[in-house]
Amino acid sequence: MRHLAKEPEIARQALETMWKCRRLEEAVDQLFARGLMHGTMHLSIGQEASATGTCLALRPDDMITSTHRGHSHCVAKGADLERMMAELLARDTGYCRGRGGSMHIADVATGNLGANGIVAGGIPIAVGAALAQRLTNSGRVVVSFFGDGAANEGAFHEAANMAAVWQLPVVFVCENNHYGMSMAADEAFAIENISARAAAYGFPGVTVDGNDLQEVYEMVTVAVDRARSGRGPTLVENVTYRWKGHSKSDKNLYRTREEIAAWQERDPIARFEEAVEQAGGLTRAEIDNARRVATEAVRNAIRAANAAPPAPVDRELLLNAVYAEVS
Amino acid sequence: MAETTTAPTPAPAGSADEIRDMTYAESVRETLGDLLQADPRVFLMGEDIGVYGGAFGVTTGLFERFGKERVRDTPISEIAIVGAGVGAALCDLRPIVELQFSDFAACAMDQIVNQAAKIHFMLGGAARVPLVIRAPAGSGTGAAAQHSQSLEAWFAHIPGLKVVMPATGADAKGLLHTAVDDPNPVVFLEHKLLYRERGPVPRRHYVPLGQAAVRRRGEHLTIVATSIMVGKSLAAADELAKRASRSRWSTLAPSGRSTRPRS
Repeated sequence: MRHLAKEPEIARQALETMWKCRRLEEAVDQLFARGLMHGTMHLSIGQEASATGTCLALRPDDMITSTHRGHSHCVAKGADLERMMAELLARDTGYCRGRGGSMHIADVATGNLGANGIVAGGIPIAVGAALAQRLTNSGRVVVSFFGDGAANEGAFHEAANMAAVWQLPVVFVCENNHYGMSMAADEAFAIENISARAAAYGFPGVTVDGNDLQEVYEMVTVAVDRARSGRGPTLVENVTYRWKGHSKSDKNLYRTREEIAAWQERDPIARFEEAVEQAGGLTRAEIDNARRVATEAVRNAIRAANAAPPAPVDRELLLNAVYAEVS
Repeated sequence: MAETTTAPTPAPAGSADEIRDMTYAESVRETLGDLLQADPRVFLMGEDIGVYGGAFGVTTGLFERFGKERVRDTPISEIAIVGAGVGAALCDLRPIVELQFSDFAACAMDQIVNQAAKIHFMLGGAARVPLVIRAPAGSGTGAAAQHSQSLEAWFAHIPGLKVVMPATGADAKGLLHTAVDDPNPVVFLEHKLLYRERGPVPRRHYVPLGQAAVRRRGEHLTIVATSIMVGKSLAAADELAKRASRSRWSTLAPSGRSTRPRS
């Protein structure tokens, strides 16, 4: 197993990715606050190690399905920041030509089959994508990201069981950030670890410190290897925390400032930076540089997206976009 | 990588001139077999469609011919059946999933309405969902209110879906071919009382989606019908022609096909 903090190239890549996730979402938060971005969005600030560690365990041609809180999955899977920002700013150059926005960014070229506005909506789709990999012997694996809330949806149950009985190459990555909107996981589950549910389907489940990049990477790597070698799914529960509210209008009435502060002490990026420094993978200057590179990339993406043409408001164009054209 | 291609399924063997007398169910079965034979992207998935042959026997024999990988019996999990169909379609396969009764679509409605129907639009055209959802529909079998509904109006109101309701065995064959070739999700509703209806079915047949078939021309009255009501309308026209022949009543233009008009 690779030691991410020790290897300069991968440590730098991981840091840049996590900082891109963080900086992009900080920018989105500000753009919304200033009224420069419309619609809605859900931020995953504080959860970057889950997306980044998981995608580091994947091959570029592997696939993911994402969630409403999906910016970091998209970045970590290799999306172009400029096209992401363009989508969030409703530009014609955006991933979905401005029609999807934050909740529906997909990038089929990098294997991201899409974020999803329906909790657990992507899980059965991931299982179908995994079935397609089986039927075409592609050797690819599909990761389905979803939150703690999704684990209480029927779609999760049906999809997990189907993947299990068919031993499909899929990994279920549950990002347990402790709240489904305002509903505390403690109150929504009568079990301590969501990963325990895997036993009911007959595949392994593991609970991971989702703010520890190395641990996420290792556990997902084991799960991906298992899936790729035809031994079926795994449920990886990345325990993490979202620093920001559920969505743009959240007043955080269901949790305390102290709780948020305590989790901010466990910042996944700061933890990995420390690990890198200790392991000697990168110097402090190189670590700082990774952050600067990411910050600059996000700044450039916003600049380019702002300069791009807005998504056209054209009735005919939009109506014609509902159905794919029959060839 | 996951981008869907637009290549149509290869044509089945046989000629359009070869007309046979067969039932509606036999026509659907033959067409499914032809599609499985001709195109490795096609596979079937649904409850009891394997050894059992489907609740109405439509898939009888296909499991034996094509094996359990391509004629997949599923757990009783309608969300996963349709959702897995969506995922496989996004990866450029041509899944034909069966809901055992169209009533069970209610269990899978998120995948049908929020996923299958909307993905192409919401992703700005970056993905297609060439999925066919087959389901026996309609009443008349005495199976009570949870196994007898005609839910086509639900589906027809969802932007992104196409709804197909073949009226005859020949229509079923021709429309199933074009439904599988269509890059959009298609809900294909087969009326249970039509399954045993016999009629002429060409060996090879394609019917475009969204175009009405004018079954009879006249001057005074237009009847628009789908599925089983086409035959009933034609029978009614015959009856009316007998009773009111002096008044030139025999005017009918039933349409037996897709409820989704195309511009």
